[in-house]
Amino acid sequence: MATEINKTVGDNVFLTTLDAAASWARANSLWPMPFATACCGIELMSTAASRHDLSRFGSEVMRFSPRQCDLMIVAGRVVMKMLPVLQRIWLQMPEPKWCISMGACACSGGVFDTYAVVQGIDRFIPVDVYVPGCPPRPEQLIRSIIDLQEKIQSGGTYNAREFKLRILPEGPQRFDEDELIRIRERNGFKLDPPTYDPVH
Amino acid sequence: MTNTTASSDVGDLQSRLSGEVPGVSLAWSTYQDQTRVVVPAADLLSVLQASKKIGFDQLTDITCVDLLEYGNATDRFEVVYLLLNIETSERLTLKTYLNEPDLTIPSATSVWFGADWLEREVYDMYGIIFAGHPNFKRLLLPQEFQSFPLRKDYPVKGRGERHNFPVITRAES
Repeated sequence: MATEINKTVGDNVFLTTLDAAASWARANSLWPMPFATACCGIELMSTAASRHDLSRFGSEVMRFSPRQCDLMIVAGRVVMKMLPVLQRIWLQMPEPKWCISMGACACSGGVFDTYAVVQGIDRFIPVDVYVPGCPPRPEQLIRSIIDLQEKIQSGGTYNAREFKLRILPEGPQRFDEDELIRIRERNGFKLDPPTYDPVH
Repeated sequence: MTNTTASSDVGDLQSRLSGEVPGVSLAWSTYQDQTRVVVPAADLLSVLQASKKIGFDQLTDITCVDLLEYGNATDRFEVVYLLLNIETSERLTLKTYLNEPDLTIPSATSVWFGADWLEREVYDMYGIIFAGHPNFKRLLLPQEFQSFPLRKDYPVKGRGERHNFPVITRAES
């Protein structure tokens, strides 16, 4: 059938699915929300600046309003006072949305294994691509965006149905509540149940 | 900048401060050109006022030391005031000792208003209560935080506060 159409209209028409076209557009026009809390943020700025020039990959439109963005780049350590803010900003971003965890601190807490630093943001919000490094080079961040573009290209539907179907394997693992109880018992300490209610 | 405080001035400083607060037992010592004085907690506010009166017009810092299991220390907390006379570059380290359960000392905000955030930080990290502070609450940690993390009996990795959050998955966001 494609050959017959080719005979009629030549090379002027491309046939594809609407999903693939939407994914292609999404992958090449990512609007990052820079959640830069530490030195990784400097590398993030460097990535967007003229030397490394993130706009070559179609994602230079940094917006500081989460409602205009579809890619959150968490660059730097997140402390327990900041995490409710991070979650709230994540919930304010419209679907479809993705998250890059940039640097050792955002991925795992890094060297900051203390009472205040969250040991990896993927415990509490979903993460699509992890970038190792302390801090990562701009080239590594560019690589992660290319990887994310491939991920968007390979998945995704026009009406974003799959985001509703995504469940735990795509999101963070539930924190082992028994481990939390063990930590508390070991310290002879009882915390009140969480009162934080994420605002949608 | 030359150090204008010769060792002979230390005796002068002692007599000046003691003259302002007669009857208060001050324990003086020096270490590497630093003049230190230990003040009983009950007389702290009058000594701070007297220090300002004799020329220590800048409160550089307030900090605290938890002496739990430290050497042969007998007291639990040591609150340290670092004072500076801007005109003469004289410095004075003023200390007072506190023990549980009474961790209340008078606030220095009536003497130096810059003590505001310094005292809130000491409360935040050690739980020392400064009576008379105009806005007494935690400075850095969330208000609902229940511990004082720089105390030596607080575990470095915390008591699970960093894990105490809801998990947001793809399906929920």
